[in-house]
Amino acid sequence: MSWFKKARRPIATPAEPSRVPEGLWIKCPSCNQILYEKDLEKNLRVCGSCSHHFRMSAAERLAALLDEGAWTEYDRNLESTDPLRFGDKKPYRDRLAAGAAATGLRDAAISATGRIDGLEVAVVSMEYGFIGGSMGVVVGEIITRAVERALERRIPLIVVCCSGGARMMEGVLSLMQMAKISAALARLDRARLPYIAVLTDPTTGGVTASYAMLGDLHIAEPGALIGFAGPRVIEQTIRQRLPAGFQRSEFLLEHGMLDMVVDRRKLRDTLARSIRFMTASQAEPVAEPAPLQAEPAG
Amino acid sequence: MPDLLEFEEPIGVLQREIEALRMLPRTKERQAEIERLDKRVDEVRREIYGNLTPWQHVLIARHADRPHALDYVGRLFEDFEEIHGDRRFGDDPAIVTGFARFGATPVMVVGHQKGRGTKEKIRRNFGYARPEGYRKALRAMKLAEKFDRAVVVFVDTPAAYPGIDSEERGVAEAIAVNLREMAMLAVPVIVIVTGEGGSGGALGIAIGDRVLIQQYAIYSVIPPEGCAAILWRDAARKAEAADALKIRPDDLVALHVVDDVIPEPPGGAHTDAAAAAALLAPALRKALDEVAALAPAARRDLRYQKFRQMGNIGIQEAPATSREQSAP
Ligand SMILES: [Zn+2]
Repeated sequence: MSWFKKARRPIATPAEPSRVPEGLWIKCPSCNQILYEKDLEKNLRVCGSCSHHFRMSAAERLAALLDEGAWTEYDRNLESTDPLRFGDKKPYRDRLAAGAAATGLRDAAISATGRIDGLEVAVVSMEYGFIGGSMGVVVGEIITRAVERALERRIPLIVVCCSGGARMMEGVLSLMQMAKISAALARLDRARLPYIAVLTDPTTGGVTASYAMLGDLHIAEPGALIGFAGPRVIEQTIRQRLPAGFQRSEFLLEHGMLDMVVDRRKLRDTLARSIRFMTASQAEPVAEPAPLQAEPAG
Repeated sequence: MPDLLEFEEPIGVLQREIEALRMLPRTKERQAEIERLDKRVDEVRREIYGNLTPWQHVLIARHADRPHALDYVGRLFEDFEEIHGDRRFGDDPAIVTGFARFGATPVMVVGHQKGRGTKEKIRRNFGYARPEGYRKALRAMKLAEKFDRAVVVFVDTPAAYPGIDSEERGVAEAIAVNLREMAMLAVPVIVIVTGEGGSGGALGIAIGDRVLIQQYAIYSVIPPEGCAAILWRDAARKAEAADALKIRPDDLVALHVVDDVIPEPPGGAHTDAAAAAALLAPALRKALDEVAALAPAARRDLRYQKFRQMGNIGIQEAPATSREQSAP
């Protein structure tokens, strides 16, 4: 049991309580089981003991969802100019640089096309490691272009949400990304192309109040925090403690906001079945029903 | 007379002097002095309002005496008939909807309503709308679309209501659906931000062919207090946050988020609602006429392009690194 003692100290690091990047062992925050990092990876970062879903990076997510773990990537070179010259204590530019260093991305999403069980799809996968997955002008443009790509190629769109909401440091421009993406999704909707929102932990704020809630289907991972206002803001407003499980996937399912809560290990299959259902009739457009003939009353 | 804000205290000093003089028996000299002081009040007000800090601007946008949607409805429109309810759950008094005439033009009016006086403020939840408010708004707008009527929206809210019931009934979904559906409305939509354009709660009824903002209103992704609390763990640094967030009309025009700024009377709309309405009327008329002249499909395309470009001002294309160039 000597490995256990060695593993213990890094596990207790406060900055990363549930993940030890340099270590081989991870303690599950839900069941306290000590997990072997390699096993966890193989198990799509789901605890083999209690099914706790650890957070995935945007690239891990794409690798898990797409056939052969392969995809074509788009719009990787878009980056924020810091349009507000936002000077907080840690200037926004430094945060952008730190996010880029941590993730290898220029902003908080990867845009891809690939196949799920042979079906061609456009997928945007959000990266929590880049400033909390926050939605700024680049994320807005990346998703809008993905919607337009889906429209042009007539393929389904999936967005895997993982975000604390709009990016404060881009001010009202980040707020407007909600409108921009939603307008693009209106066109996708009218073109009768499938859009599936996958909601993972966390999906909050302006992301929830736009593309996360505009899917033909809303599929969430178990136990994900999903909501508009953050729990702390709500507690401050109503001056009472929130009930256990509030704003978790299961709570939203119960209140009619989700179609399903799906274990990550079954997500790919569920997506494939969903897309098949929604694309089967695409070859034959639905005709407008003929006007009813007036019938004599009686 | 509206309550003075702290930074307006020099006006208060003069006003108290005037009051004191008015209490005394009237003489020619006193009358001249009162007139001189009245002029001085105007000068001081112009000076203060000409040099507002962003935080002072926020305080004016939130002023309790700022005209609300129904104040403008009463001054700008005729034959207003309020309509109620979302046909799903209830009627949210934080958003009012109804039809009216603007001159000869029939319009559907949608607006946040903060309420004035304690009882009314509570009834209207201080302008914090719940999901049923957003759903009522969309129902009203679809009604307008069905009968080919323009929509006029007044935006003035701190935020969508952050409460348990609001979350349970899907406030995020309600706002999201409004964003999508307003983008597709076939009729003219004119949005006027009259006070606080508070985040998603404002945006949820603010998709239009024209987005106008009054001179002392704001539009922000987060309240400055919230921004300061998150960034610096210190809500007291709200003034810095108000500056950093670029939430004033001139900033918003520069960022291509709003189309035009509607002037207010010298001391702000809260000092003279009638004058504020008189300044608003021609701006609304011009916007409505311009937008109504377009064919519905062209109008919808332009509205799409308008929101499609938002934020692009803050994006650049980095040169691809060699590693990326060699990737498939
Ligand atoms: Zn576990």
